[in-house]
Amino acid sequence: MSTLVAQPDEAVDIAKRRASEGKRAEQRLGMLLCAPAVVVMLSVTAYPILYAIYLSFFKADLRTPGNNEFIWLSNYVTVLSSPIWWSAFGITMFITVISTAFELIFGMMLAVVMHRTIVGRGLVRTSALVPYAIVTVVAAFSWRFAWTQGIGWLAGDSAPLTEKWPSVWIIILAEVWKTVPFMALLLMAGLALVPEDLLKAASMDGATAWQRFWKITVPLIKPSILVALLFRTLDAFRVFDNIYILTSGANNTSSVSIVAYNNLIRGLNLGIGSTMAVLIFITIAIIAFLFIKLFGAAAPGQGTGR
Amino acid sequence: MSAQTETTSKKVGWGLVNVLVLLYAFVPVVWIISLSLKGGDTLNDGKFLPANPTSDAYSKIFSNDDFLRALANSIGICLISTFIALVLGTMAAYAIARLDFPGKTAIVAMSLLISMFPQIALVTPLFKIETAVGLFDTWPGLILPYITFALPLGIYTLSAFFREIPWELEKAAKMDGATPYQAFRKVIAPLAMPGVFTTAILVFIACWNDFLFAISLTSTNRARTVPAAMSYFTGATTFEKPTAAIAAAAVIITIPIVIFVLFFQRRIVAGLTSGAVKG
Repeated sequence: MSTLVAQPDEAVDIAKRRASEGKRAEQRLGMLLCAPAVVVMLSVTAYPILYAIYLSFFKADLRTPGNNEFIWLSNYVTVLSSPIWWSAFGITMFITVISTAFELIFGMMLAVVMHRTIVGRGLVRTSALVPYAIVTVVAAFSWRFAWTQGIGWLAGDSAPLTEKWPSVWIIILAEVWKTVPFMALLLMAGLALVPEDLLKAASMDGATAWQRFWKITVPLIKPSILVALLFRTLDAFRVFDNIYILTSGANNTSSVSIVAYNNLIRGLNLGIGSTMAVLIFITIAIIAFLFIKLFGAAAPGQGTGR
Repeated sequence: MSAQTETTSKKVGWGLVNVLVLLYAFVPVVWIISLSLKGGDTLNDGKFLPANPTSDAYSKIFSNDDFLRALANSIGICLISTFIALVLGTMAAYAIARLDFPGKTAIVAMSLLISMFPQIALVTPLFKIETAVGLFDTWPGLILPYITFALPLGIYTLSAFFREIPWELEKAAKMDGATPYQAFRKVIAPLAMPGVFTTAILVFIACWNDFLFAISLTSTNRARTVPAAMSYFTGATTFEKPTAAIAAAAVIITIPIVIFVLFFQRRIVAGLTSGAVKG
């Protein structure tokens, strides 16, 4: 009798064991499939950034190899007390804040147009992708020639790229032109989630289009806005291509990326270059942290993202 | 009657707005095309459109070895990077979308971190490492960082697409005796092809667009890609500015991508927004 009772238990045990074997096989497969991607990503990012931290404590000049000397934090003192670094930092911050703000405004406008237009929707959505598809360097050359005295249709008799602030605004123009479509697409994905009924109901209750936008649409797409802002802020902080082509950093228009590049490739100063790399890395980390803490930007680590 | 005039005026209003969008998108493109068609004497007239279009700049650029070499480098490096990133990304995205395993969240978080990573912070150490191991100024020397930055984009887009694929088919395949690997190869992979194709376009565009790695990790035309080569163009003589040549090169590397993007507009929009919808 007792053996009869034991049988179902045994069956359950076997089933459990099989299930856990299946689970283990699934786990193994999962890790196996991810392994190559993880190995590549780690070896090309984690290892070099650790190496950069290590190098930043050394006096390392490629023109005098073998003369590397451990100098504690001297490189950091040098960089952080350099007016060139702080000027570049200020310019980078300025470009980041201003261009992200413009991109949000124009991106939202473009998103609404792409979402709502009643004629030629396909045409608008298609042509809005053009700036996204164009190589940044190509677009930068287009802007540079357009603003070059004598050649450009926008320049006329002026030479704005030879002065600091006009140059900065042209850099911002180039950045904004290129990335508004990306911003608009992220926002449009949010707009698609706003229930039509809700907007209609508000309209029936006498809410104007402006009120509907601010009271219903904006709060509902806030997660999309924050994710788009986070991505673009971090991306704008890395600004390099446009400045390199438009001004090469002349007239104090360098960004931190340009200054770091110049120290490495032109100056061959590995120690200072690495120090700047580490400082840029830390700044980016702080911006991302602030975004997620202050605004609760839906930390896109939860299985979703871009 | 009044309702009809209202919709007509609405249509006209939207039409005007659409024209603005078209101008925004196309003016810089038309300008660079126009510049590439201007001859030597009209180059400096400052007009938006060329007075006497000529294809001189194109015949010059196609007989320029540095440009042709750079074009071959660009195409080769970007295709190889896209292919490898897609293979690795598809495997990882399948695991992330379908399987339960420890470390999954960590992998997603890590790819997110990498997509936000300042590339310049990698240039310095990579420059030193690649010089030391002989990868500097070679194709693999560029392919490696390209794959790395393509992978997060690929993993996100692909795993978003993979989540849309019906689970039941995989289960059915397993019921019929397929191993998880077979279920992946024979059932899911064919269904996933549209998503993979879209991701391929996005990844290729990202690689094609790179400039920072291309000028930092190359020094000759052995591996220099077109965006980097363009910044080194010089005129035939010291006094001749390479404006038209740069414009022609710009048009050549732009037009194919633009046509491609316009052709696959729907897919690209879906790809770029796939993660954001749920984000």
